[in-house]
Amino acid sequence: MNRYPLWKNILVVVALVLGLLYTLPNFFGESPAVQVSSVKATVKVDPSLLGRVEDTLQAAGIAHQGLYADQNSIRVRFDSTDTQLKAKDAIEKNLNPVADDASYSVALNLLPSSPQWLTSIHALPMYLGLDLRGGVHFLLQVDMKGALTKRLDSMAADIRTLLRDKNLRHAGIARDGNTLSIRFRDTETRDRVKNVLGTSMPELTLAEQADGADFKLVATLKPEAQQKLQGDSIKQNISTLHNRINELGVAEPVIQQQGADRIVVQLPGVQDTAKAKDILGRTATLEIRMVDDENSQNPAVMEQAANGQPPAGTEYYTERGGHGLLVRKQVVLTGDRLTDAQPGFDGQTHEPAVHLTLDSAGARIFKDITRENVGKRMAILLIEKGKGEVVTAPRINTEIGGGRVQISGRMSTQEASDVALLLRAGSLAAPMDIVEERTIGPSLGADNISKGFHSTLWGFTAIAVFMIAYYLLFGVVSVVALSANLLFLVALLSLMQATLTLPGIAAIALTLGMAIDANVLINERVREELRVGNTPQAAITAGYERAWATILDSNVTTLIAGIALLIFGSGPVRGFAVVHCLGILTSLFSSVVVSRAVINLIYGRRKKLTALSIGQVWKPDSAVAK
Amino acid sequence: MEFFRIRKDIPFMRHALVFNVISLITFLLAVFFLAHKGLHFSVEFTGGTLMEVRYPQAPNLDSLRKKLESDGFSDPQVQNFGSSTDVLIRVPLAKDGDSNKVSAHVLTSLQAVDSANPPELKRVEFVGPQVGKELASDGAMALLLVVIGIVVYLAIRFEWRFAVSAVIANLHDVIIILGCFALFQWEFSLPVLAAILAVLGYSVNESVVVFDRVRETFKKQKKMSTPEVLDHAITSTISRTIITHGCTQMMVTSMLIFGGVALHYFALALTIGICFGIYSSVLVASPLVMWLGVSREQFLPKPKVEKQEAVV
Repeated sequence: MNRYPLWKNILVVVALVLGLLYTLPNFFGESPAVQVSSVKATVKVDPSLLGRVEDTLQAAGIAHQGLYADQNSIRVRFDSTDTQLKAKDAIEKNLNPVADDASYSVALNLLPSSPQWLTSIHALPMYLGLDLRGGVHFLLQVDMKGALTKRLDSMAADIRTLLRDKNLRHAGIARDGNTLSIRFRDTETRDRVKNVLGTSMPELTLAEQADGADFKLVATLKPEAQQKLQGDSIKQNISTLHNRINELGVAEPVIQQQGADRIVVQLPGVQDTAKAKDILGRTATLEIRMVDDENSQNPAVMEQAANGQPPAGTEYYTERGGHGLLVRKQVVLTGDRLTDAQPGFDGQTHEPAVHLTLDSAGARIFKDITRENVGKRMAILLIEKGKGEVVTAPRINTEIGGGRVQISGRMSTQEASDVALLLRAGSLAAPMDIVEERTIGPSLGADNISKGFHSTLWGFTAIAVFMIAYYLLFGVVSVVALSANLLFLVALLSLMQATLTLPGIAAIALTLGMAIDANVLINERVREELRVGNTPQAAITAGYERAWATILDSNVTTLIAGIALLIFGSGPVRGFAVVHCLGILTSLFSSVVVSRAVINLIYGRRKKLTALSIGQVWKPDSAVAK
Repeated sequence: MEFFRIRKDIPFMRHALVFNVISLITFLLAVFFLAHKGLHFSVEFTGGTLMEVRYPQAPNLDSLRKKLESDGFSDPQVQNFGSSTDVLIRVPLAKDGDSNKVSAHVLTSLQAVDSANPPELKRVEFVGPQVGKELASDGAMALLLVVIGIVVYLAIRFEWRFAVSAVIANLHDVIIILGCFALFQWEFSLPVLAAILAVLGYSVNESVVVFDRVRETFKKQKKMSTPEVLDHAITSTISRTIITHGCTQMMVTSMLIFGGVALHYFALALTIGICFGIYSSVLVASPLVMWLGVSREQFLPKPKVEKQEAVV
């Protein structure tokens, strides 16, 4: 008799119910929504904000279809995109009265319109990739070498300060490549410095070297410190990117580390790539350095410098307005010491300006520097993509304390607010380059969905028609099993919230096309057993059992290919591989267990079964007999 | 319905040499085209910028090309894509300068051509040089991993002879697919690579089904010679082979028809893979197994040799 034990039947039913439940949200579609989240660390999203949003909408006479709050954001659902846009403007106006100083990001978004009870059991629609919903994808490469040199430069500055505080005389600190060399006149100082550095900067490896009459101490960053630096740089860059993207107002940005030195940024729904790239790609940092006044006023030296031969220890820059300037290489302060930057106007000249606020350490350094250099000029440089630009080079008139600094000089209001935004969004620990970019328009996304859907639908229909015509009832059962496979696959993808891309949809179609193999194997085996004269019940048992080993073997080889793709694939291939692998696993269950359960249900209890509805079973012997 | 009414085992092995010569010739042709014409790699592999724009009215491609060239883009490819209003533009990696801005610059150039017919940007893909190189090497690694994985698995489940012949038969499929792509200069993109690897796994499973039968027949039919066993195994699985591949091909054909341009080459690679897969995994792999010297003894449970130790 072909009967499944009770637990197996229950397993199949439970699997089907769960599959149905988690597939369900995909049928409800999504409705337009507005998402409000905080941009500043000091501003929290709390219940009072929910009330504020609701009041705003009421005041503007906009009907909404539900307000939802989670930890970081508030979402409001609307019935149409028109109301969504109106609501966005109203909320934006109310929450961010000053456009330049936004506390909240108000973004357009889509919310699944499935009922609440489905959402509460974590049944969500499949997460669509950018090629299906439209948006921008960037792959950014972090320049680790840049991070290292930057770190060494700032360490050189720290060493200088340290040695000056301890009253240890050195004959120059310089960075060549990845090492710092400190020169001394005598070995005694060198040994003392070595001791001092050994305790205060443990991340450096120190080596002694003789260099002509001088004595040198060569410092390199220890490997573990380098590794930590890399990790920190990536982390800092990611958080900086988060800040910058928040300013763009994107609903569900993806910012992830990929590999050792890459960052993936995905901005669904963003179409203005130029702006997005501008904000992401600009790697502006601020540096404050001293101007070499003496040489800057020497026309002969300046001419040489303009031709690429500046005096040692200085660099040649042109100020805005075209004047040449020699700036010392030594960095006094960097953007790391910056806590805020706001656009504004100069109190006296009413020129556009950027107001900077420094942290306490930065404020102290700035105070010391301005006190020691009254009458000299300091240069404020904006470093973008490795190229520096002197924004302004004001003369220091008095000591400046309190950590409040103002940059002004030949800036437009727009420039001032751009510079402020870039500085405020934080500096990057290491420069980054865009190494891959993908932009997909929203219409193309919708197009891709319908193409993928239709391919699967018609392919499935063709297979179903053929299977039923060729195998009759067994064919129907095979189609049921194949449908169950599709159900499980969609449910799993929804449950895991794996990203579904167009190659992913292709993989669903292909997996279904391949999964039917198992049922064909079983049905052919059952026919064969009937052909050699077995009773129907025995034929079912033998057919399923014999086919199982073959099905397993053939799926394992397909799975090996899938896993290789999963390991080495990136981007679209990975999307394909995930679905392919999952599909193989679900097909094993559905084509063997589910189809058997259905067959057992139909035939299992009949004792006097004389024939199976599996299509014509042609027997060579009987043909010969006729 | 019953398509396959086969009375006797078809003597496939009698023609083994013919099948292999045919496949050898196809293979050599594929290698020739690969070497001679090379693959037409997509932007993902070569690096560069690819843009898809849609115009309200069909634009003049030549004037677009000339405008791009005069604006300093070296060797831009401009072609229609799907319809006369959809245009695909490929710009190779610039040797210097900021490649990130290429797409924006191209768009400004295009907009300058005819202000009455402004293009709408549908898709941009930019790939830097190092990413392209990595993709190529990752693809090769994936292929290698699949081959090793399959050989090891089959060697454990069956016998090394089966593993080696299955992999040889199916790798030659891969070369033939690549050869077709080289011959027709179809674009070789990442989804095509995925299709090729999927097909590799899929047609190996074809060989597995036959080998499974071979093993079973060896154990059951003690009187059959090796070629007879192979003939019997192929004949008794041929209906399943054709039906399964037919079903898979129905799905792939549906993709070819409804999937649009994005899935076109993916489906095409699968189609070639499936057709040659049937041929090679059955008619090439089986003779190879035979020539490698498969025999019944390899499948019989090994008689336990009881060691008789001399007790002195």
